[in-house]
Amino acid sequence: MNVDILTHEKSISKTRARMAIADCDIHPSPKSVEIEIFPFLSKRWQEYMKTYGVIYRQGFPTGPAFPKGQPNAARRDSYPTSGGKPGSDLAFMQSQHLGPNNIQLGVLNPLQCAQGVQNQDFSAAYCNAVNQWQIEQWTSKDHRLKASLMVPYEDPLASVKEIEKWAGNEHFIQVLLLSRTAEPLGQRKYWPIYDAACRAGLPVAVHAFGYGGAPVTGGGWPSFYIEEMVGHAQNTQSLLTSMVIEGVFEKFPTLKLILIEAGFAWLPALSWRLDKLWDRMRDEIPHVSRPPSQLIREHVWLTTQPMEEPEETNQLLDTIEWIGWENLLFATDYPHWDYDDPSRAMPIKIGKQQKEGFFLNNALKLYGLDQ
Amino acid sequence: MPKYVIGTVEQIPPGNRKLVEIRGRQIAIFNLNGDFFGILDRCPHQGASLCRGQIVGLVESEEPGEYKFSRQNEIIRCPWHGWEFDIRTGRSRCEPNKIRATQYPVTVNDKDQLTDGEYITETFDVDVEGQFLVITV
Amino acid sequence: MAISPNAFSNVIDCDIHPTVPSIDALLPYMNEHWQDTIVQRGVHELETISYPKNAPLTVRPDWRLEKGVPAANVDLIKRQALDPFGTSIAVLNCLYGVQLLMSEDMASAFASAVNDWIKAEFLDKEPRLRASIVIPTQSPEMAVNEIERLANDKRFVSVLMLVMDENPLGRRLYWPIYAAAERHGLPICVHAGSTYKHPVTSVGWPSYYTEDYASNAAAFHNMVSSFICEGVFAKFSDLKIVLAESGFTWFPAHLWRLTKFWRGLRAEIPWVDRPPIEIARDHFRLTLQPIDAPPTTEQFERLMDHMGSDEILLYSTDYPHWQFDETNVIPDGISKGLAIKIMEQNPKNTYPRLSAPLNNGINQ
Repeated sequence: MNVDILTHEKSISKTRARMAIADCDIHPSPKSVEIEIFPFLSKRWQEYMKTYGVIYRQGFPTGPAFPKGQPNAARRDSYPTSGGKPGSDLAFMQSQHLGPNNIQLGVLNPLQCAQGVQNQDFSAAYCNAVNQWQIEQWTSKDHRLKASLMVPYEDPLASVKEIEKWAGNEHFIQVLLLSRTAEPLGQRKYWPIYDAACRAGLPVAVHAFGYGGAPVTGGGWPSFYIEEMVGHAQNTQSLLTSMVIEGVFEKFPTLKLILIEAGFAWLPALSWRLDKLWDRMRDEIPHVSRPPSQLIREHVWLTTQPMEEPEETNQLLDTIEWIGWENLLFATDYPHWDYDDPSRAMPIKIGKQQKEGFFLNNALKLYGLDQ
Repeated sequence: MPKYVIGTVEQIPPGNRKLVEIRGRQIAIFNLNGDFFGILDRCPHQGASLCRGQIVGLVESEEPGEYKFSRQNEIIRCPWHGWEFDIRTGRSRCEPNKIRATQYPVTVNDKDQLTDGEYITETFDVDVEGQFLVITV
Repeated sequence: MAISPNAFSNVIDCDIHPTVPSIDALLPYMNEHWQDTIVQRGVHELETISYPKNAPLTVRPDWRLEKGVPAANVDLIKRQALDPFGTSIAVLNCLYGVQLLMSEDMASAFASAVNDWIKAEFLDKEPRLRASIVIPTQSPEMAVNEIERLANDKRFVSVLMLVMDENPLGRRLYWPIYAAAERHGLPICVHAGSTYKHPVTSVGWPSYYTEDYASNAAAFHNMVSSFICEGVFAKFSDLKIVLAESGFTWFPAHLWRLTKFWRGLRAEIPWVDRPPIEIARDHFRLTLQPIDAPPTTEQFERLMDHMGSDEILLYSTDYPHWQFDETNVIPDGISKGLAIKIMEQNPKNTYPRLSAPLNNGINQ
């Protein structure tokens, strides 16, 4: 909300130099789908969308299965002064977030639109439109921002076409999937996507959320939004387990996987569990030739937000050490409510090199932007 | 502790809040039906501006499935992570004994009370009529 | 140096598994209708894909038999599960696929038969054994009836559920079960395994058994959330939940996450009026095996610090599942003092009936 400021002292401008930040999870929205996205959709799909809306594998066409904690899951202070949804106004994003936080690289992850849509032809057309829109409205106007290549992942062949269409385009720095797929992401159905991403030299990023049809727990649907929110971490564990055990990283040795917005503190325990099972179950999964923890360390990066907050903050350092400092990518999730602030998210003093890696260099290196 | 005159009562009607800056500190001033409260405008969690949050009521429960709603407009919810703070006490709803927003007492004073030198009036022109809000920082 | 359980005078093993040798073994414990149905309809064995019988994990190699079903009689259990570990008390959690059935009537008949079979074939024959009551979770009403039928027999020390049922276990439809359990001083034992009424993962069915087994950990995360968020412990303040064969190294990180979100979302679940991590430490107990352990003892010790309490773990061998070799059940990094807590004090504090006099099912 806008706040009346009743102040008679000159605001002391904060001149303290802030370190440069890579924010690996920013969510842009169109001000209006009709105005901003329709120009990139054929008449056929414009009419289809007007008539049938966008149908996902969940019951409500206009909102999530679990109503969020606050409207649009957005920070209350992120509504642009010009009106419209949070994340829909570049100038406001620049003045509220990119500038003050010294964001040198901002990775755009458009959500809640084209992916996981049941009509696969529509999903493909919509993804393509959102890809064009990202360049038109965002990345061509602010070079700190980079786009995610949206693919209609339930139709891997269409996804491959979309990747091939944009391969080599400097605006796109990763292929984006959502985590709640119809089948576990390690399954062979999805392999053409990994193949195409590797050929295009792009990492594959998987952002928490979406609807694949299965309940968010193996034991049915919970009652509360908080359970679904927390459940994204378990969901991400399942997809990572699938990719490791199906042998995706052995089949695609150059594949880089980025797990977005699922937290990270769960990873050590999962790696230890998979290592133990791998040792015991070698006869079932002989195609996995190395311990899962090694494959994960070499192929998987995680964005940090929402950072887990242990009671003893130094326990977070244990956890990061067990994951590997170089495997974490800082993210704010702007403009969403569970945003992590760059100046406060890391509650402990860490060394300069670790800090620069955590907040910037790991991402630059991963995306090949460090040259 | 210095006392700063920050404005007149009329400037913050009941149900409203305003931000003031005193000695470099941003402080949110709330009017709850004529009672005034000052809270440091930094959420103790990650530093968001509390003044930009929603003012809401309090939801409590005696038993699962029962929702008791009271104290409409007496709780400020952080605009970022939704932590709730009692405007009257500064205490968080989630962990009231551990997590608090810093409070500053706000009093309502008549003009003739502001003359004994204890009050710092450079922050506000007291030449107008009315009652004045004074914060101790 | 790892500690051997034999070095202790009181060793309480909170999770061992007797195998139902065949459906025929249960027939004597069923009424004529169900005996007839099983024969006439050719009802199959209710072993489940949670434990494929020849998979390496399902039975430790030296506990397999040349001929016959492993862990299926009291002599085997004495010889393999009790004597070598110096066990003074062991809790039988029978993982027969009763909860998977679609008919609540059939499930109820099977649950009663399994319980009566356990009583006759194990509890009556070996004084060191105790058991969890198998219930037909398909019908909470029938489940309560089964608890009431057996509650007077103090050798039944807990109530068994699977971590992946048709609904998340905190949901209120299950509350009559928790009310009955609390009334009788019985903790709920939530054990690894699925009723397969849903895919075991939130992204559908996996390809490999390894993934199915791994998925139990995610389900345990989910059910911890469910029990807390639904307010089970606000309603049943004395209830303890034993998470069995859950692994435990995931526990702190999950509660960091749940507690973080709760601070902002608590108005959705206002009966949760203190940090979930504190509630969890008061009400959940986790069995020792399997240990998804970090590679070094130093890391393991740090992880034990993250657990934040020495009252959470309960000693278990998970017999006959292959989680460790020889008698190396207690990992390096657990001190002698902690071992005593895990083996004796924590189980006694969790299962009130382990400290109460036995009546061997005789009405008093």
